Amino acid sequence: MKQLGDIAGVFAYLSLLTVGGGMAAFPELKTLTVDTYHWVTFPEMLHFYSLGQLAPGPNMMMVVSIGAVVAGLPGAAVALIAFFLPTGILTWAIGRVWTRLATWRWRPAIQTGLGSVSVGLVLAGAIIMGRGAVTGILWGAIAVVVFLLLLKTKINPAYPIVASGLVGMLAHWL
Amino acid sequence: MNEASSPTEPPAVAPPSLGRIFWVFLVMGATSLGGGVVGYLRTGLVVRNNWLDDVTFVELLSISQTLPGLNATNMSILVGDRLRGARGAVLATVGMCLPGAILMTAAAYAYGIGGDDPWLKAFLHGIAAGALGLIVVVMVQLGSRVLKEIADYVIVLATAAAVAFFHVSVPYALIAAGIVAIWWHRPRAGKVHKPHNAPIGERHHE
Repeated sequence: MKQLGDIAGVFAYLSLLTVGGGMAAFPELKTLTVDTYHWVTFPEMLHFYSLGQLAPGPNMMMVVSIGAVVAGLPGAAVALIAFFLPTGILTWAIGRVWTRLATWRWRPAIQTGLGSVSVGLVLAGAIIMGRGAVTGILWGAIAVVVFLLLLKTKINPAYPIVASGLVGMLAHWL
Repeated sequence: MNEASSPTEPPAVAPPSLGRIFWVFLVMGATSLGGGVVGYLRTGLVVRNNWLDDVTFVELLSISQTLPGLNATNMSILVGDRLRGARGAVLATVGMCLPGAILMTAAAYAYGIGGDDPWLKAFLHGIAAGALGLIVVVMVQLGSRVLKEIADYVIVLATAAAVAFFHVSVPYALIAAGIVAIWWHRPRAGKVHKPHNAPIGERHHE
């Protein structure tokens, strides 16, 4: 029970930080699941995070994987509900008022201001993720190639990311 | 925006049934492989089912991005609520989440069985490097829509440096940088702000 409570607390808290996208919560996700609770190692967390990017639907379904690793199916269910219910209620409530605030003079300021902050949080998450993912020239090169490919083409990201995994296996074989 | 003041009011046509809402979001939740969920949402909601027009879609997307929560689930809630009220919001969100949640639970068990295999580790390490490339693209796309003046870039760098290098925890950074940034863009007499809306038709990898 204690573990389920911890899972609920951690993922409900993390969900409130996902302003502008899941990556904004990445630094705290690493601190809590790896350093504080030792539920997963940093490489394990990276693996789940990256698989979660490939999976369909919301791109943070890796919280369910961590819940399952810690406490099986109940852990997965608790992580899912904790991560999506509090922000869901918030979005639902604010969504109903927000359209009425179309002419509120502070609204553009909030939208623009929080936009910059969320880009900053995504950048911080990318830096922290890079420390774990880019452990050599090869991995850095993979990240750069995927970046350029996705920036310049409209290809589905799933293809280059799976190809990255195959390159990793090739490097292991060589 | 007066027509949006009652979220349960049908937008243009008769509202779809709850079962239909669940099914459409379930299909999007199962097929939006590779992270481009915004693109899938637009195809499913605007193009195929005509539940929203493009202007409303962009409006709801900008709300989704400003509020905490993921774009995919925030959009499900906002659209479900507009179509059929609270029950529509719940069914849309459950449909959107269910396939990915089942897959990632299965992934956790598979990882528990085969996670020590060096081949799998090499594969997943490669995937992590590729996913990093994806995240930087998402950031660049988000930044190109949101960042307009030098002050915005200063906010970005200060927030990122505080969190990544000086170990400031995210909520403190979010609140402090948020207050500074909102104050910087505060409403001033004679200055007309335009909200930053996403361009339509461009592929977003979010």
